[in-house]
Amino acid sequence: MRVSRGETAVNYVILAAFALFAVWPVLTVVVAALGPDDASGATAGGGVLGLHPENFVTAWDQGHFGSYLRTSVLVSGTVVVVSVVLSLLAGYALGTMRFRGSTAMFYLFLVGIMMPSEAVLVPLYYDLRALHLTDTIWAVLLPQIAQSVAFGTFWMRAWFRSSSRAIVEAARLDGASTWRILWQVLVPLARPAVVTLTVLTFMWTWNEFLVPLVMVVSESLRTAPLGLAFFQGQYTQGFTLLAAGACIVATPVVVLYLFLQRHFIAGMLEGAVRE
Amino acid sequence: MTDTTTAARSRPSAPERARRRRGGGPPGEPRNVAWLYLLPALLVYAAFLLYPLGRAVQISLYDWNGNTLATWAGLDNYVEVVGDPALRASFGHALVLIVFYAVLPVLVGLVLAAILSRAEVRGLAFFRTVVFLPQVVAMVVIAVAWRRMYAPAGSVNDLLGAIGLGGLARGWLGDYTAALPAVGLIGTWFEIGLVTVLLLAGTGKIATELYEAARLDGAGPVREFLSITLPALRGEIAVALTLTVIAALRTFDLVYVTTRGGPGTSTSVPSYEVYNRAFQQGRVGSAAAIAVVLTILIFAISFGITRIADRDR
Repeated sequence: MRVSRGETAVNYVILAAFALFAVWPVLTVVVAALGPDDASGATAGGGVLGLHPENFVTAWDQGHFGSYLRTSVLVSGTVVVVSVVLSLLAGYALGTMRFRGSTAMFYLFLVGIMMPSEAVLVPLYYDLRALHLTDTIWAVLLPQIAQSVAFGTFWMRAWFRSSSRAIVEAARLDGASTWRILWQVLVPLARPAVVTLTVLTFMWTWNEFLVPLVMVVSESLRTAPLGLAFFQGQYTQGFTLLAAGACIVATPVVVLYLFLQRHFIAGMLEGAVRE
Repeated sequence: MTDTTTAARSRPSAPERARRRRGGGPPGEPRNVAWLYLLPALLVYAAFLLYPLGRAVQISLYDWNGNTLATWAGLDNYVEVVGDPALRASFGHALVLIVFYAVLPVLVGLVLAAILSRAEVRGLAFFRTVVFLPQVVAMVVIAVAWRRMYAPAGSVNDLLGAIGLGGLARGWLGDYTAALPAVGLIGTWFEIGLVTVLLLAGTGKIATELYEAARLDGAGPVREFLSITLPALRGEIAVALTLTVIAALRTFDLVYVTTRGGPGTSTSVPSYEVYNRAFQQGRVGSAAAIAVVLTILIFAISFGITRIADRDR
């Protein structure tokens, strides 16, 4: 289709403007993190090209980001593994089997995708406190596993529903049990859907703020975003170290995104109901 | 796992086979073993989402500070949601945020999608990756970045000065009238990428011939947009609105990190009120009532938008 040169130029200007708008805050943080420390007013000049990568070391030490990242990895890893496995099982049942109540079950899980976590967190906090589970890793893990399972079941059900019936029938004729059909026939085929689900669950869990904020008091159980929020409280005067901390918190997901952005975008578009 | 026991049970009877062949429903045969597969997910889900939701409704009917005995309050907490001006204001703020989170990004996204659907642009994949980036970054990080930009000596004021609007400069998040729109604009920034990518996926499905035919008929860009692009994007617009409206109603991290509802209560929103009352003020019943109202609102809006989109198809 022919488009005039002027129009093309205007298109590029508009696209560039919005791209710039999108990266502006990100650049603000990265540039500040690499600049001279504005809080201590210390050593100008510094490293190569006037960059100060040592800010990251300082932020890492002072902000205890090592501990926060360790908690985040533990929490995200556990939530991803458990919720993906449970979602596979439940999605398999809802997507390939017919049983009384399956439609009701589907809507039940759908409710969980829309439900705001604000609503359940208040009673959950007080009930878990009564069980002496608040301020433990369980209080951070279990609510997030439940949320991820709701979305994951929905997601895997959609995939299993559209999966090839012929393959399942053939496997069944060969005498495979439902258990073997799931793990040896369907899951290998479902790899793209599982990767997307894994990536989305990881991102949501890594970025989650409210659940750890409410459930955890101990510093050792703080996740990375929570740690950053508290670090901000301590570093309101200077921005350099805060910016370095923000980079540390954001980097794992951003790197993953840049590598797997197709999966991220596809996943957000098709199943972003949870957002 | 349960292979031997289920093998006998799972063999379908003749009428069930017939029903299956007629289609409808998922592939496969009727199996009660399904419940075994469903059970682990259902247990976790019921215990940590459904049960607490029921408890939220229960707690909302009591006056409770979280420690001592609760006293029955009936619908008092709900009456407060409607009657308390400060609470009403927080729901009003959420409505303002919907304009910034949902309406603005959809309008901008439509313009971008319209432009891109008319022309083959190189670097589209790069553009998509970049505008989508905000969706991936933790909200706390976003809030930290924008706090800096909104500071009296921040880049927003620098920019205003550079284009000759230095008179407008202020500490944006500390200003009673400017704080809420300033928080909203962060939401706009955050959602534009999601909406644009969603709408672009929609325009990608429109046949180019439609545009060529329209051009031959002498249609201008506006006409083209109104009679081709907009109708084709209906479904995507509905999804985009659902997602962004829900995000607007659920805003918590952003308010918590940027303003804590201040200055005064000028940026207080319902989900922040839930947190504040339940965990700072010890008014747990009232917090639960707000949470229940918020949940009903979100359900109603999701179903409403989906209904409208389905009817139009």
